[in-house]
Amino acid sequence: MTQDMRLDGGLVDRSRTISFSWNGKTMQGYQGDTLAAALLANGVKLVGRSFKYHRPRGIFSAGSEEPNALVQLRKGAYQEPNTRATVAELFEGLEATSQNHKGTLEFDFLAMNDLASPFLSAGFYYKTFMWPRAFWEKVYEPFIRSAAGLGALSGETDPDVYDKGYLHCDVLVIGSGPAGLSAALAAGRSGAEVLLCDEDNVFGGRLNAETFKVGGTSGVEWARNAVAELEVMDNVRIMSRTTVYGAFDHGIYGALERKTDHLRSANGKPRNIAWKIYSGRAILCAGATERSIAFGNNDRPGVMLAGSVRAYANRWGVATGKSIAVFTNNDDGWRTASDLVEVGANVAAVIDSREIEPFMNIPGVSVTVGAGVCDTTGRKALKSVTLTTGQTLDVDCLAVAGGWSPNVHLTCHQRGRPSWREDIAAFVPGGDLPPGMSVAGAANGVYGTRACLVEGRAAANAAVKELGFTASRKGADKAEDEPANITAYWHVKESTKRAWVDLQNDVTTKDVKQAEQEGFRSVEHLKRYTTMGMATDQGKTANVLGLAIMAEARGKSIPETGTTIFRPPYSPVPFGALAGRSKGKDFQPYRITPSDKWARENGASFVETGPWLRAEWYVKGDEKGWRDSVDREVIETRKSVGICDVTTLGKIDIQGRDAAKLLNMAYANGFAKLPVGKTRYGIMLREDGICMDDGTTARLGENHFVMTTTTVNAVAIYRHLDFIRQCLYPDWDVHIMSVTDSWAQYAVAGPNSRNLLYKIVDEEFDLSNEAFPFMACADITICGGIPARLFRISFSGELAYEIAVPSRYGDSLIRILHKAGKEFNVVPYGLEALSVMRIEKGHAVASELTGQTTAQNLGMGRMISKKKDCIGNILSEREYMNSDEIWNLVGLQPVDKAMKLDGGSHFINKGDAPRMDTDLGWMTSVAYSPTLGHHIGLGFVKAGSSRMGDVIRAWDGVRKKDVEVEIVSAHFFDPDGERLRG
Amino acid sequence: MRFSALKVLTEGLTGNKGWTPHWREREPKNEYDIIVVGAGGHGLATAYYLSKKYGQKNIAVLEKGWLGGGNIGRNTTIVRSNYMLPENNPFYEHAMKLWENLEQELNYNAMMSQRGILNLGHSDAQRDTYARRGNAMLMSGADAVLLDRNGVRNLVPFLNFDHERFPITCGLWQPRAGTARHDAVAWGYARGADQNGVDIIQNCEVTGFQIENGVCTGVETTKGKITAKKVGVCVAGSSSRVMEKAGMRLPIESHVLQAFVSEGLKLTIPGVVTFGAGHLYISQSDKGGLVFGGDIDKYNSYAQRGNLPVIEHCAEDMMAFLPMLGRARLLRMWGGVMDMSMDGSPFIDKTHIEGLYFNGGWCYGGFKATPASGDCYAHLLAKDEPHPLAANFRLDRFMRGQIIDEKGVGAQPNQH
Amino acid sequence: MIINHPLLGPRDSSEFYHLGDATLIDRPNREDVNAAEAFYEYLYVRDNPAGKYCELWYHEQGDRSWLVVTRDTTTHEISEVKLASDEARARGRSV
Repeated sequence: MTQDMRLDGGLVDRSRTISFSWNGKTMQGYQGDTLAAALLANGVKLVGRSFKYHRPRGIFSAGSEEPNALVQLRKGAYQEPNTRATVAELFEGLEATSQNHKGTLEFDFLAMNDLASPFLSAGFYYKTFMWPRAFWEKVYEPFIRSAAGLGALSGETDPDVYDKGYLHCDVLVIGSGPAGLSAALAAGRSGAEVLLCDEDNVFGGRLNAETFKVGGTSGVEWARNAVAELEVMDNVRIMSRTTVYGAFDHGIYGALERKTDHLRSANGKPRNIAWKIYSGRAILCAGATERSIAFGNNDRPGVMLAGSVRAYANRWGVATGKSIAVFTNNDDGWRTASDLVEVGANVAAVIDSREIEPFMNIPGVSVTVGAGVCDTTGRKALKSVTLTTGQTLDVDCLAVAGGWSPNVHLTCHQRGRPSWREDIAAFVPGGDLPPGMSVAGAANGVYGTRACLVEGRAAANAAVKELGFTASRKGADKAEDEPANITAYWHVKESTKRAWVDLQNDVTTKDVKQAEQEGFRSVEHLKRYTTMGMATDQGKTANVLGLAIMAEARGKSIPETGTTIFRPPYSPVPFGALAGRSKGKDFQPYRITPSDKWARENGASFVETGPWLRAEWYVKGDEKGWRDSVDREVIETRKSVGICDVTTLGKIDIQGRDAAKLLNMAYANGFAKLPVGKTRYGIMLREDGICMDDGTTARLGENHFVMTTTTVNAVAIYRHLDFIRQCLYPDWDVHIMSVTDSWAQYAVAGPNSRNLLYKIVDEEFDLSNEAFPFMACADITICGGIPARLFRISFSGELAYEIAVPSRYGDSLIRILHKAGKEFNVVPYGLEALSVMRIEKGHAVASELTGQTTAQNLGMGRMISKKKDCIGNILSEREYMNSDEIWNLVGLQPVDKAMKLDGGSHFINKGDAPRMDTDLGWMTSVAYSPTLGHHIGLGFVKAGSSRMGDVIRAWDGVRKKDVEVEIVSAHFFDPDGERLRG
Repeated sequence: MRFSALKVLTEGLTGNKGWTPHWREREPKNEYDIIVVGAGGHGLATAYYLSKKYGQKNIAVLEKGWLGGGNIGRNTTIVRSNYMLPENNPFYEHAMKLWENLEQELNYNAMMSQRGILNLGHSDAQRDTYARRGNAMLMSGADAVLLDRNGVRNLVPFLNFDHERFPITCGLWQPRAGTARHDAVAWGYARGADQNGVDIIQNCEVTGFQIENGVCTGVETTKGKITAKKVGVCVAGSSSRVMEKAGMRLPIESHVLQAFVSEGLKLTIPGVVTFGAGHLYISQSDKGGLVFGGDIDKYNSYAQRGNLPVIEHCAEDMMAFLPMLGRARLLRMWGGVMDMSMDGSPFIDKTHIEGLYFNGGWCYGGFKATPASGDCYAHLLAKDEPHPLAANFRLDRFMRGQIIDEKGVGAQPNQH
Repeated sequence: MIINHPLLGPRDSSEFYHLGDATLIDRPNREDVNAAEAFYEYLYVRDNPAGKYCELWYHEQGDRSWLVVTRDTTTHEISEVKLASDEARARGRSV
């Protein structure tokens, strides 16, 4: 196909021909074309199907408001659904296909829906598909779902890269039409930091689509000159292909920059960048969007917006039809006719709904005033239009000028409501703009070019003055204010055929009237009942029309009927861009332990715990399953000695004369009397009396403590301590510092742990049981003067220590410990063995400290000191938390020792049915104990501490298991703690 | 008017001229037996069950704006009964059973669609937590299936199972869960209540309560004083604002929860899926839009709008387990005001003022509760005693220490 | 949102952790006669205003100051930011 519809002129580069394909057919366009322009140039009328009735549809507009021409671009994993052909820039090799049809675009089986349209009116689905009941999921809905949706995803992982960025400016100018350029120039001349963004690939906005003169030259030339001036200002940044899509709190704007969508390949560069713009002031110069008029069969391919028809002629050099008629209710529509004639397109007629003298005298064009178009023919392309006068015109394009709606969208993003201006028959920004925002130009309902230039400049000068800059005195350039008189005219009442309001969602004037008839009269009800404005264009060309028809049906004015507001984003934003680089491995930050390298060298596999990657076990030799490794690690540790990296536990350094007070307030049990050189286990409550965390705190000096927290709660506990310190007791002399990352810490556990440590701890430190008993702590040196901290604490129940060195020694220390331990057959143990040993000892961890359990539940109620104030003690005394029926943490073992236990099982008494009212609690932790040779578990059982020895059922319906278990002490192993004190 | 396929057919053949309003526009009478404040989903359901099930005849529902304009029309439409705690689960399962017959009950197709909800898991600990929850569900008469990796894969093969950080290892599936057309739930209840003689009065804001000697005898409104034997407040995010007029302070904060929808896409996701290593729930509407949401915005707000961090988090989670969505686009984002309670669980209770009742604190889980909340509140309003399934949703539970905290995060509403 | 930190200047709210009502500074005294009720009110009951609201934010990814921010819950406009320690002193929490 050759470009039959190409006219002379336009801004495309005719020296650069571009080949692309449409539904498999190769075509040519020019550099500077959009896909829509190139399709029109090639005479393509039918480009898509509507959502509900699958009506044939053509290109309707020339911008991001497009409701019809949604297409799929690219192939394979790059397939991109729902792209508006009107904003897709043409590139060599572009492959575009139509979407949303079964069969071909020309013969869409789902077009049957159109025949059934009398039965598919507004809200029909709320009234049917209810019988028989089971048919909804099985028959009706699957049918609806299979037909629903627009474009399709490839189903493959998106291969493109996305990025995010932050921009700061004094003045953000949104839109680069005459108002925006004028604003950017004025703001730039004041010296303020200015950011100018435009969604288009060229700056200038409507100037590129019009033949207006500005500053004595063409509007296009003026825009180019303005951009050239802005480009050399150091304080100005201009960004094309950048849509400011949302106005958020405190002057923060979201913007999407399309970096490579106009290229065949991104070549590894980011496809899109999602910017967050921090602005001092913002000036919205987003222009206006034209709307249609509702008349019979106004949705046929070839029925277009008049301003867009003009844009295709002036900017892209494309005639949208061989014979074009204009249907208008305002002066601006006439300009389409005159511009078309000027570039040699064939204009058959102008039909103006107003009873006026012809606005212009355009040679060769017939004029009908006080009339409308009431019907059209041509299924896949417009053939003729019929006027209310009865006259029929054979045209293949009808340019409809229904008036312009200011693009107030961003003014509504903080729920501001636009207000109605009867004189221009449009909603303009209301008084409740987002703070820092002003509006200029067509977006503000100011349509003359001269007025746009003046208003843009004035808005910029006001903004920079507020920010403390001196406004430039340079005036706005000269231009004309084109007449834009309009007489509101929403729909052609003489039409008997369906007249579309929302093209994409197939909402007609009848649907709007029916909604009114059925009581859906508020604007929000209208939208929701008819789906008007809910399509991908958010009703940019439809909403005002629908509202006006509702107002008429109700016999009320438009302001009385209500307004509708817009929600972010202004135009749709890809999820890939919103996610940026947070994907795959970089989904969230992660932290590695000091022994990470050594662990990788020694067969460790890793598990995510909180933000950390921790070794879960170390595979040795030909061990086949994880159980082999874990069992060995437990057995060897209990037999001789094992080492585990416990760096991930939160470590908080607490110093000051009131350090002990802080601990006493944070912990439920007392810490004030803890002697220097000792460590104590503590539990912390939330103010509601629920257990928050537990851990040990060591007193290294009179005014110096080191607290450990659980890995997962490290951040929260630090915050909590700071809350006590700053918000509750601001004058206490106590300072805290997170030292989690400063110290590498290893647990050395097992009967030979002391013997191992003797080999590395410097001689002057006595580690004997007498000199350094259970719960002792000290600053020591190791390996000839390396500073270290030693704590005699035990999570495993063995004679055990935790040794900490400054992080930079962490890798060395793990290697030295393993070298020194060789003679004791030292083993590294991972998180899983650690967990087995703690279950054998009945220690609670996150599975038990669920944030729902009290100290009483955990059997530690008596630890809550009654002698002092502490967070949580008062509310821990509440009635329900202290009844006899509360859950108690107990040990569980299978009656048949060969049976496995499962976490999450619920307990019920023998003979009871598993129901909520027979529920006794649940299994929190389970492990196979290689020490005992059978499975063991911990769990909460209602009044469990008084039921020792009882046999109950661990019922696990979701795994279809049911095991009899005996309630035992949670301390399965060495209940008297002889080993850890040895 | 009864809706049916035949009615749609005959109306279609006669130009759809015979349809009548789904509810009448009423002006308030001077006196009612029961006034329900708030024509959201819960308020309308309450009025419906009061008139249908509990024999009440003289009822009004007062609405400040237009009916169904609050959270019932702003949520992500998920219906499920996969709770864990004994105070919650039987209640939500009651709701589920009412959902299953809602269309037939109301003669209104609210498109309750039981396409299932799948919670993804990524670790053994998560699996055991799901087992605990799944077992509690089974014990409450709900359905629950614990899936291993292959089980999840059979159900939703298109997910990214081998994420570098959070590979999918297990899942908890509730097949009977699903979605419903949120607006239609409000409209269906409104129509049902209207047919039973309830006066639904829109654009009628309650500006005060008439309270004499500790007894509430009616309300003051923008349409004048209205006397009532009982007043049941049911206003979700506006709970504190309305109850303040009765001199009450509540264990509730108002927060914004955002919801999102994509452009229409051909069928991609069959049921509801939640990501287990972040906070994202996603489903696809019958129109083809991906409907999803995440956490609340964390700061108190009555503004019905949110900020960018939440959508960014959602998109990050989305790309982790559904990386094919990178080229799909966000179409709209909006916010609703959530009545976040201090333990994440609701209240359906009398107040210390006789004749004044309160229903609220639904956090962001109110939609799925709608039928049961209406039924139980109607029970309380009609009989003056709590419905057995809602007996724990008491206002004094914090004083007594009977906390219903599914997430275990304590008295901090923005964490629930 | 942007919080104008009294020491550090404007900071994006994503650097902060939001706790809740600034009345959490006013922790009751355990020796009070009605301590149980006072703690219940303190921890659970809220004004929850639609309008100006004083709330606690923690500059977790910053200098770890607790701040009292006065923000309108209907517009999100921030009218005042103070160090919580100063506010606590002003509320009589010096000891």
